[in-house]
Amino acid sequence: MRLDLELIQDTLIVRLSGDLDLGVADYLRDVLEDSLDRQPVKNLVFNLAGVSFVDSSVLGVLLGRYKRISRNGGKVCVVKPQPQVHRILELSGLLRIMAEFPGETDALENIG
Amino acid sequence: MRFINQMKLEFLSIPANVAFARVAVAAFASQIDYTLPDLEEIKVAVSEAVGNSIIHGYGNAPDRVVKVHAALTMDTLEIMVEDEGIGIEDIDKALEPAFSTDDERLGLGFMFMHSFMDSLQVDSAPGRGTVVKMSKRTGTGVTRIGTEQ
Ligand SMILES: Nc1ncnc2c1ncn2[C@@H]1O[C@H](COP(=O)(O)OP(=O)(O)O)[C@@H](O)[C@H]1O
Ligand SMILES: [Mg+2]
Repeated sequence: MRLDLELIQDTLIVRLSGDLDLGVADYLRDVLEDSLDRQPVKNLVFNLAGVSFVDSSVLGVLLGRYKRISRNGGKVCVVKPQPQVHRILELSGLLRIMAEFPGETDALENIG
Repeated sequence: MRFINQMKLEFLSIPANVAFARVAVAAFASQIDYTLPDLEEIKVAVSEAVGNSIIHGYGNAPDRVVKVHAALTMDTLEIMVEDEGIGIEDIDKALEPAFSTDDERLGLGFMFMHSFMDSLQVDSAPGRGTVVKMSKRTGTGVTRIGTEQ
């Protein structure tokens, strides 16, 4: 897994790539929680364009962050998941609560 | 059912082995005619089952053993994922979508296994470990292994 974080105004962009599974779930949760603790973040964008695999362990991490952000009135969205990842997100119901955008720019425009 | 190939893996119950197991099983399965989306689905099912053995079966203890057995017929993959962990008290309940004994988790593991494989069978009892058996057919039933090009 690779992870890159960028804060643009009050939106945290989380760029993920590689395989996301139980092996990285705890680390991902810790990094995100730490980042949300350290700075004022209103919205979250998960850029999943480079993600080749997800399982339910990682969906749990995404949903946990969704709960935290939405409790504070923010929005969470996902950018450009590959077809197999899209399918999992859809089946899990996460796409009913997180909007999906074709790029970060669209996400930022729609979220703010 | 005539098997044309079989394999067994045994590995420690550490999270890094979830990726090892799914990649190994997918590579094995690709000996018969699965599409790439089929192989992706097999990977998810294996990850969920192996992850469950590690997290739930062994409570994240890193020094236990998970076994994966896979077999191929001309058009079907059978997978067995086995642990000797705590076992499942109420299997019907565990199979329900969104049921989890851990609030941090979504309870979708069995739902994914069920959706992505053609059959799913769970044998488990408290204190006696868990065996998850799954199978998936290829779409076409045509195989390349052992045939002339
Ligand atoms: N190998 C296992 N050993 C013991 N309990 C298990 C095992 N696999 C699944 N379970 C039980 O079944 C429940 C549902 O599993 P699953 O659908 O994968 O959801 P989740 O892993 O998100 O909890 C788990 O919460 C756990 O209580
Ligand atoms: Mg699970």
